[in-house]
Amino acid sequence: MEWLTANFGDFWSTYSTLVFSVGVHAMLALSIWLTLSCGLLSLANAAFMGIGAYVSALLTLNLGWSFPAVLLAGGVAPAAVALLIGAPVLRLSGVYLAMATLAFGEVVRITVLNLEITGGPEGLNGIPLSTEGWHIALLLALTIYGLARLRRSKVGRAFEAIKEDEVAARLMGINVDRYKLLAFTLGGFIAGVAGALNAHFTFFISPREYGFENAVDILTMAVLGGVSDLIGPMLGAAILTLLPELLRSLHDFRSLVNGAVLVLVVLFLPKGIWEPRRIRAWFQRMIGGRA
Amino acid sequence: MSANLLSIRNVGKRFGGLHVLQDVSFEVPAGSIYGLIGPNGAGKTTVFNLITGLLEPTAGHIDFQGDSLVGLEPHRITHKGIARTFQNIRIFKEMDLLENVMVGMHDHLDYGGFGLFFNSPACRAAEKRARERARELLSWVGLDKKADMLADNLSYGDQRKLEFARALATEPKLLLLDEPVAGMNPSEKTILMEEINNIRNRGYGVFMIEHDMRFVMGLCDRIAVLNFGRIIAEGTPDEVRTNPDVIEAYLGKEDE
Repeated sequence: MEWLTANFGDFWSTYSTLVFSVGVHAMLALSIWLTLSCGLLSLANAAFMGIGAYVSALLTLNLGWSFPAVLLAGGVAPAAVALLIGAPVLRLSGVYLAMATLAFGEVVRITVLNLEITGGPEGLNGIPLSTEGWHIALLLALTIYGLARLRRSKVGRAFEAIKEDEVAARLMGINVDRYKLLAFTLGGFIAGVAGALNAHFTFFISPREYGFENAVDILTMAVLGGVSDLIGPMLGAAILTLLPELLRSLHDFRSLVNGAVLVLVVLFLPKGIWEPRRIRAWFQRMIGGRA
Repeated sequence: MSANLLSIRNVGKRFGGLHVLQDVSFEVPAGSIYGLIGPNGAGKTTVFNLITGLLEPTAGHIDFQGDSLVGLEPHRITHKGIARTFQNIRIFKEMDLLENVMVGMHDHLDYGGFGLFFNSPACRAAEKRARERARELLSWVGLDKKADMLADNLSYGDQRKLEFARALATEPKLLLLDEPVAGMNPSEKTILMEEINNIRNRGYGVFMIEHDMRFVMGLCDRIAVLNFGRIIAEGTPDEVRTNPDVIEAYLGKEDE
């Protein structure tokens, strides 16, 4: 027993940040899953995460707000921004929406880069390490629970209907614009909370962490894992967070292999790694083959 | 309130310089089956798009039970009690049949975000009622055995029936059917004819666009004929059948 706790202690001190990252990335992947499930290709989630991170860190550093209040504010701030920009931006669809939301992300990044209060390019230093493992576990569990409830309700069905055929959805009495705004805003809230959690275990944040590359990373997690249900995005987040660490021994070839894995998955599993229908069919074949 | 469910008065629709509909007027009475026929490109589907709010008329009035529909968003018009099916079927292919029909009930599930998150008794009861009603509607069109199937795997005829059930799920007073028998074989047509008669007998108003003359003549109480964007005849099937303008529109004019 002593041996176990000692070893766990070692493991935890080395890898706790990595485990935390998996949890936060899972929340981010779920936040983009939400907009994707409504048929919206929005790439604003990295910016929403950044807004959540900066707002929460500034409230902690300057006003000394309590951690729960800071987390809530970290979610509410980007949700409010999403609500504001949603009305004009969500008139767009497909790649045009992707471009507009990417542009929004750049606006946020450059604003943060040039403001004095955000520390400019140097970012914010010395954020207290308030985030503990159970905070992330609890908030991730709440997110999963909330999204699972949503999926099985009229809201989830409305999202799916909008994704499949917007005109038909409208004629079923669904207020399409309102539901798109709901998906966008809720996605912003989840990404913002993830950003606030992230800021409070990394000690330091800078504008570089919330740019184009991260927007694409978040999307990749969801797409790699598969977006047919909630498990896919989380699996994708875990793989994309852990893979670079597992490949550490490859040194310079690391990102090469990382990229190759992505290409292979997209080529051979276009609907993502976790696709319940394919996995069920595969199992049935296995059982059928043995009988 | 008049006995007319839907009243269309002097409606016009122009796309740029192109007059698709001009001075179109007719009334759809409650509790009947009304037909709109006409050659290809006469503007029939445009009439449906105007009624359901997908397009706005450039002239005229569209009233449903005395309320104007012009300028309302499509989901508000659905809320008032008009549902439609499409010429090129538009079911939700990645959902199962039950979910498809339950999407139609969207407006009638009145739980809020709070009830949804905490799975409140009211929310559970509403979902249960919706599921039962969806099963009932599926049984009306004979698809209850396939309720858990993916809609994409249905045959063409069954997809049309699913679209019926989904449209009825919005609890409409008037059902708009856009070419309900397009692409169907004679026996499927006969079954569908019965289906539409059943729907009418349940108290719904039915307004359909159709090409198949025998089908329309056998089913409709009244018919309007549209040609080049204008109504050229209106009346009972017998009146329309013998109208010289209609014969000319469909068969061409005899050489003098």
